[in-house]
Amino acid sequence: MIKVENLSKAFGSKLAVNDISFNLERGEVLGFLGPNGAGKSTTMRMVTGFIPPTAGKITVGGFDMLENPIPAKRQFGYLPENAPGYGDMTVQGFLNFSAELRGIQGDARRKAVNHAVELCFLESVMYQSIDTLSKGYKHRTCLAQSLIHDPAILILDEPTDGLDPNQKHEVRNLIKRMGENKAIVFSTHILEEVEATCSRVIIIDRGRIVANGTPQELKARSVYAGAVHLRAKGVPAAMLTEQLAQVRGAAKAEVIREYDGLVEARVYADKAAANPNLTRDVAEMAAQKHWEIDELHTEEGRLDEVFRSITLPDTVTEAA
Amino acid sequence: MNAWGGIKAIMKRELGGYFTSPIAYVFLVIFLLLTGFFTFTVGNFFERGEASLVSFFTWHPWLYLFLVPAVGMRLWSEERRLGTMELLLTMPIATWQAIVGKFLASWLFLALALLLTFPVVLTVNYLGDPDNGIIVAGYVGSLLLAGSYLAISCMTSALTRNQVISFILSVMICLFLILAGYTPVTDLLVRWANPVLVDVIAAFSVMTHFEGFQRGVLDARDTVFFLSVIGFALFTTGVIIRNQRAG
Ligand SMILES: Nc1ncnc2c1ncn2[C@@H]1O[C@H](COP(=O)(O)OP(=O)(O)OP(=O)(O)O)[C@@H](O)[C@H]1O
Ligand SMILES: [Mg+2]
Repeated sequence: MIKVENLSKAFGSKLAVNDISFNLERGEVLGFLGPNGAGKSTTMRMVTGFIPPTAGKITVGGFDMLENPIPAKRQFGYLPENAPGYGDMTVQGFLNFSAELRGIQGDARRKAVNHAVELCFLESVMYQSIDTLSKGYKHRTCLAQSLIHDPAILILDEPTDGLDPNQKHEVRNLIKRMGENKAIVFSTHILEEVEATCSRVIIIDRGRIVANGTPQELKARSVYAGAVHLRAKGVPAAMLTEQLAQVRGAAKAEVIREYDGLVEARVYADKAAANPNLTRDVAEMAAQKHWEIDELHTEEGRLDEVFRSITLPDTVTEAA
Repeated sequence: MNAWGGIKAIMKRELGGYFTSPIAYVFLVIFLLLTGFFTFTVGNFFERGEASLVSFFTWHPWLYLFLVPAVGMRLWSEERRLGTMELLLTMPIATWQAIVGKFLASWLFLALALLLTFPVVLTVNYLGDPDNGIIVAGYVGSLLLAGSYLAISCMTSALTRNQVISFILSVMICLFLILAGYTPVTDLLVRWANPVLVDVIAAFSVMTHFEGFQRGVLDARDTVFFLSVIGFALFTTGVIIRNQRAG
């Protein structure tokens, strides 16, 4: 439903977005990740037609954004960064206004506004002016605005920014639920959010896409992916790691911490000599040596570690 | 949705914005007080001993010089400051619809202010027997004049997110449009410059074109002049907004 081809944006001599291409289909929830200033908002601003690209092609719901902007703009709802709103309007007035701009009138408008208010839990502030709302409510008002015409495509720039934990949870569920029959792209800095809601993740760094895949695929790139975590009792740490490193398919073993006679250790999987039974082999060794094991599990990999490893300056070229 | 639907929604919001804040009321009171002051005190309405509104309309170019930019300065600068411009321009409406909607709303507001000066008309009709045709022409001219200043303020407000700068810029441009044809200035200019050149410059002045309306002469060229200023300024607003979005 969204098709972006070779999109670039230069501000003066600075390339904010550099040759980005991606596709988004109905039923997908795409997460945009990236450090501050990576170009996430700039990309979204181009996709929504707010700023023209320096180069590239954008198609939204089958319409070319540059040649046919108005039908293209009908297809989506957009929550800009920082959730702007007209301070002097009430929540209701603001939502009515957005509905009217989208050509929704009369009874249909009342229904649309009520529905959006319900989805974003705004009943209690309907008649309050936007100026006097707390940050979270202001954010939700702007989110409601993007849902008002029940669009097939949603473009949300940091939708959970400034929300309390309960609301974050609600908005995530909302995104997940709507994602079943809409196409949604949203940016965030919260990695758990990506794991909980996204079917696909794009990581942008300095204007370029440096990773594109499902959250599972990305996590598998982590050095922790497939590692075995264990806690043993009464085994000298040095001996433990020395023995563990000899398990087939282990890259190395390290002690995480030692306390009260317990040792926590991790055996990293050697990705080249992949051993699918690493955990079982570790368990076997423990049984042979009569170590007392409290805990033993396979790690899935951590998104934050992957994020850091591909967006940190010194590793970026190698990862891309 | 047709083009008018979008314009109407924007107009409604903009007008609503005036009346939910005290700005509108403060403006109306100041406008009425100042028109009264200029007409009756500075303009010697009573001493003139004639049944006309000359002393009322003569001051409008000067009065509007500060009052109209005060209304227009926030039109786009506020939109940029709040970031709502991003919302507005990603809605399924064309930029020109937003520009026209905002302009028409403010013009309507100025028309309302002008309409509220009706007691002056009643007074002059009560005291004497004026030519009401001339008065209507004066009102039409005044409205067109206000529209021209407003369109210019609209343009300067698109240039910056700072309302003060937007205000000062539009006052300067409007002042130029007055002075270019203000008799004391043109009299001074003919002393050094080619009279033809002075006439050409004066043709761009609102004074030259407002004068006809005050005398009750409805010349199509004067109307076209004001409408062209409005059209040009609004078009330039569109160009400015487009260039800014390009970054
Ligand atoms: N109007 C502009 N003029 C000049 N530079 C700009 C403009 N807008 C954005 N930039 C620059 O483009 C780069 C990308 O900015 P962008 O807002 O897209 O980042 P982001 O990924 O959304 O970051 P964040 O996570 O902080 O929201 C930044 O370096 C920013 O300074
Ligand atoms: Mg951003």
